Amino acid sequence: MTQNDMGQAPVLTTADGLPLKTSLMRTTRRHRIRAFLLVAPLLLFLVVAFVLPILDMLKRSIENPEVHNHMSRTVEALEGWDGESIPDEPVFAALVQDLVEGGEARTIGTVASRLNYEASGMRSLIMKTSRRAGRIEEGPYKAAVIDIDEDWADVDTWRLIERESDPFTLSYYLSAVDMRYDAEGNIVDQPDYLKIHNALFIRTFWMSAAITGLCLVLGYPIAFLLANTPLRYSNLLMILVLLPFWTSLLVRTTTWIAILQQQGVLNDLLVGIGLISTDNRLQMIYNKTGTMVAMTHILLPFMILPLYSVMKTIPPHYMHAARSLGARPFLAFRRVYFPLTIPGIGAGSILVFILSIGYYITPALVGGQSGIFITNFIAYHMQTSLNWGLAAAIASILLFVVIAFYLVYNRVIGVDNVKLG
Amino acid sequence: MAVPSYATRGERIWYYLFRVICAAIFLFLVGPLLVIIPLSFNSEPYFTFTDSMLALKPEGYSLRWYQEFFTSSAWLNAIKNSVIIAIASTFLATILGTTAALGLSSRNMPFRNTIMALLISPLIVPLIISAAAMFFFFSRINLTQTYLGVILAHTALGIPFVVITVTATLSSFDHSLTRASASLGAGPVRTFFKVILPLVTPGVVSGALFAFITSFDEVVVVLFVSGPEQRTIPIQMWSGIREQISPTILAVATMMVTLSILLLTTLELLRRRSERLRGLSPG
Repeated sequence: MTQNDMGQAPVLTTADGLPLKTSLMRTTRRHRIRAFLLVAPLLLFLVVAFVLPILDMLKRSIENPEVHNHMSRTVEALEGWDGESIPDEPVFAALVQDLVEGGEARTIGTVASRLNYEASGMRSLIMKTSRRAGRIEEGPYKAAVIDIDEDWADVDTWRLIERESDPFTLSYYLSAVDMRYDAEGNIVDQPDYLKIHNALFIRTFWMSAAITGLCLVLGYPIAFLLANTPLRYSNLLMILVLLPFWTSLLVRTTTWIAILQQQGVLNDLLVGIGLISTDNRLQMIYNKTGTMVAMTHILLPFMILPLYSVMKTIPPHYMHAARSLGARPFLAFRRVYFPLTIPGIGAGSILVFILSIGYYITPALVGGQSGIFITNFIAYHMQTSLNWGLAAAIASILLFVVIAFYLVYNRVIGVDNVKLG
Repeated sequence: MAVPSYATRGERIWYYLFRVICAAIFLFLVGPLLVIIPLSFNSEPYFTFTDSMLALKPEGYSLRWYQEFFTSSAWLNAIKNSVIIAIASTFLATILGTTAALGLSSRNMPFRNTIMALLISPLIVPLIISAAAMFFFFSRINLTQTYLGVILAHTALGIPFVVITVTATLSSFDHSLTRASASLGAGPVRTFFKVILPLVTPGVVSGALFAFITSFDEVVVVLFVSGPEQRTIPIQMWSGIREQISPTILAVATMMVTLSILLLTTLELLRRRSERLRGLSPG
């Protein structure tokens, strides 16, 4: 009654006279700031060492600075060009100036390579014109340049330069999926002899799916055995799963080379027991078989561990109940046990599939020509063909695919439930 | 999972067949690792069992590939590089990861899930993509072909492991212990060293081991980011396998398998200790 008489509840205060609510909020805020400050150094580190590089790669896959930066006068002079006729004298004058300057600064080579990705022959055209342009003393430049090479009288050459003058381009993505711009700027398929990437993407996906299937077929019985054996034995058996999991990837790949190669252990064994003659040794490595066997071996623990952790939670009386209600063992398994393991199957399969499509080392070492993945072409474009934009575009496509599958995985199992051994 | 007494003959056959199938799969898992161990003691430069090895004659076996390993300056240099890079990146990853895990386990942490997803991302993104991205970015800021570049890259790859293991340990951490410590007059720093750290040490150490083995075993990122001066053991193995494959590789492989057995044992002991400390299991 006294409270009603006062009209309102008394404000609770702490010892120093502050209202309790304010004090609590202040403390909570301090805790939040403290928690955030603890995370901040790592966050900053990862942004610099990991997130920025990824963003930089995404940017590199669309950026197109070569023509824009190193032929800026030509690009400017081309503004307002109708795109139908050969450009006029001012454009040629700008071209000569750009080519001469670029030749002295040695930047013209990057322009030549860039344009050559789009139309072969552009490299020699640019380099040749750049070398000879220095000798053109005075105008008219148009006739002099066309005299160096007839291609400058071709409207397509100018259309290409104008199209590539945009500082951003989709052409790396197009060539990552075996397409290109034609002379008119329409998107068309690459000619058949230049098609390589789509076949590799498709191979990467179907082989990864096959590897995932193999892992499931081999991993399911093992996980079942581990989950239904007394702890004493299952701990020992678990070591047999974890040992390969912990062994170096290169070591495991090496062992498969030692076993599967033509003068290797398995072929010797087959010859030894007379199953094949020594002239007909099987080619089991440096092809698709090699990649499949080695990758299945390497990824199998990633299937077994999630399956095991799901099966461990299924109480054994469910099966007993099914049996006592009259179900034959197979029916009881199919109708009771198997449906309960589906979350584990989902998690394990997505995990193995994600890991598999990103594998580089094993296909490169045991895949030969027919067993390599799209990842090997990322490395090829980075190290051999030096087409970094294309490498970045392929890597970005792969990254989007992985992120999509990862979001599904997160839905199925949740990132907090990642278990390590 | 013994055969119940009421099992029919078909079930008995299936029971034993299932065991045989499982044994075959276990053989597939572990067999290859066991095959290379005797092969690494081969006295001939072959990748297969010679007749004298099969006859168990002593002259079929030798330590020559181990000797070659320990007398080759290239391999010794690779060991040195691997150890320097692995220790430095483990150290960085452990310090940064443990502090962050402490913050993340606080109930007051804003944007917890988003930040967690970001911290785990180096584990999800395929290595070849991380390698490409780091290579492009590091070449802009002149970090390729330097120790610092490789160490930073490996730290990023090791961080998710530390964050995962330490947050897992902290999830079962009893927060009333820190309040008790505070009410008894200990400051935050003292509470951290006297109360929190001893309890999370198993998680920190196993996270550090994961980070160490990740760096020690990593080849893709080093392949792109490092230069000839930073050749590590995996790079040396990689070029050995690609160029001229000699049983020295098998000797290295055997030693690496031994190393992983040691690490696995350490981790298992840590896990038991952590469970005992938390009172989850007796003994």
